[in-house]
Amino acid sequence: MSPALASLTLAQMKAGLESGDFTARQLVEASLEAIARLDPLLHAFLYIDAERALNQAAAADRQPKATGRPLHGIPIAVKDVLTVEGMPCTAGSKILQGFYPPYTATAVKRLQEAGAIVIGKTNTDEFAMGSSTENSAYGRTHNPWDTHRVPGGSSGGSAAAVAARMVSAALGTDTGGSVRQPASFCGVTGLKPTYGRVSRYGLIAFGSSLDTVGVFAQTAEDAALIFSIMAGHDPLDATSSKQPLPDLHLPNDPSLRGLRIGVPREYFVEGMQPEIQLRTQEAIEQMRQLGAEVVEISLPHTAYALPVYYLIAPAEASANLARYDGIRYGPRSRADSIWEVFFQTRGELFGEEVIRRIMLGTYALSAGYYEAFYGQAQKARTLITRDFEAAFQTVDVIAAPTTPTTAFLAGAHADDPLSMYLEDIFTLPASLAGIPGICFPVGFDSQGLPIGLQLLGPRFREDRILSVAHVYQQITDWHLRLPALVKGDAAQ
Amino acid sequence: MFNMPLTLHEVEHIARLARLHLSPEQKEHYRSQLSTILDHIARLQELDTRDVPPTTGGGLTEMPLREDQVRPSLPVEQLLSNAAESQENQFKIPPVFD
Repeated sequence: MSPALASLTLAQMKAGLESGDFTARQLVEASLEAIARLDPLLHAFLYIDAERALNQAAAADRQPKATGRPLHGIPIAVKDVLTVEGMPCTAGSKILQGFYPPYTATAVKRLQEAGAIVIGKTNTDEFAMGSSTENSAYGRTHNPWDTHRVPGGSSGGSAAAVAARMVSAALGTDTGGSVRQPASFCGVTGLKPTYGRVSRYGLIAFGSSLDTVGVFAQTAEDAALIFSIMAGHDPLDATSSKQPLPDLHLPNDPSLRGLRIGVPREYFVEGMQPEIQLRTQEAIEQMRQLGAEVVEISLPHTAYALPVYYLIAPAEASANLARYDGIRYGPRSRADSIWEVFFQTRGELFGEEVIRRIMLGTYALSAGYYEAFYGQAQKARTLITRDFEAAFQTVDVIAAPTTPTTAFLAGAHADDPLSMYLEDIFTLPASLAGIPGICFPVGFDSQGLPIGLQLLGPRFREDRILSVAHVYQQITDWHLRLPALVKGDAAQ
Repeated sequence: MFNMPLTLHEVEHIARLARLHLSPEQKEHYRSQLSTILDHIARLQELDTRDVPPTTGGGLTEMPLREDQVRPSLPVEQLLSNAAESQENQFKIPPVFD
């Protein structure tokens, strides 16, 4: 019974708990069993607290069923860049080894207050810098569809945990594509909210003008539920918006009549995997058949997103990561003077990609280069944002591929960081514009690897992209397909 | 200024600003890789951005304010509990001056 229980969607878990078909304890046990069987192969988790989760489940079961708490008794996982009091938080880095945060991130706290049970912390590229989860100081995560391949990144642990049905929902973060790209590689639904929509209090900062807290789930419906609970102004985060949340009641009617979908020609580039182009066009055609109007659009500054991002994000990271100095948290390298402590601790405990980005950002902000690099990037960012604003004058949503390739082999980009950065070309523009995006499965390539479609919406219109994804998932079952690894497991 | 490989001297300067100890091999490694990345980034210079305002603050225009009130903060012991060394409610560090 248990493996099947762990494979349920969040909505099914919720319904089953409410009708008394199973208990929160059974759900948590099923989740822990799935982790015990599959995580040795996947390494999606950096930390699991089984005892605490079981105790919380038992407490949930003692309460009356009608608690009014929408996530009552549901186990979830949290990317290890968001703090949870009582659990260590490493950000995938040795420089935070052994760090126990004194408070819980607002996004997580709101889910806990809604009844969710945090079962553990998931693997991430160090400080969320990467596209493969290979940059974790604690070992890479494997893709559940093919363990020789990467799950994407940086939220690869959370994406793999949902794809392998270890949890029905997991939190991730998206600075340049770190929710959408792993969702695509792992065949799950991933929502990146509007910049400012979800509080970042308790999120370990990477690029402060870009960081967003998102969610992975099997369905858009489940993602919408988690999102609606996390979203909204938080007095503890001055960058969290006071914009009211629109109605997130998703349509039951499988129709897209009246919807205008824009397809940007700049997102179909030479060198991308032909099957991605094909599956993307098929999905868009299905949406047209559901009544949507499809028009080609242009986002002319798309090609500049990569250079803009790789100036702005590292520049902000170099400032944000200045706090890791061996004084207030994390291990300290032994040295005789304070200056040597700084140099040794940071040089020894930051990983290669993090050092690369700190160096790049420090250079871009250094005297004599600031205007030419960071200043120019900030202006180019305005042009990228204007591209989207102009497009949304004529279309309701934008549909595009999420990645130029399906999940690549581990080590494929090991010696060539620029080629790894190029994996993000389709996710970076929306991050720079601060607009919401959702990625969901629309098919597979010839090797059986998932392909995700990306839908982008105007600022604060998560409701629109969630609704379209939900309608698509009513008439397709790509999002319900299971990796062989998990299927074999469920058949036992 | 652009399309020029970084010099070893520049790499050492950046590492010093960023407070990073690097080995001679690492310096050469990052010199070569950062030069390649900067070469790609240099294409940004071709973009005409005269009269374009910069995007700051992630494009957020709101600036929420709150009442300036005294509130409880996290306990000192808890904040010190993650430090490598602490003493008498303070972080302890090696000497700053010789």
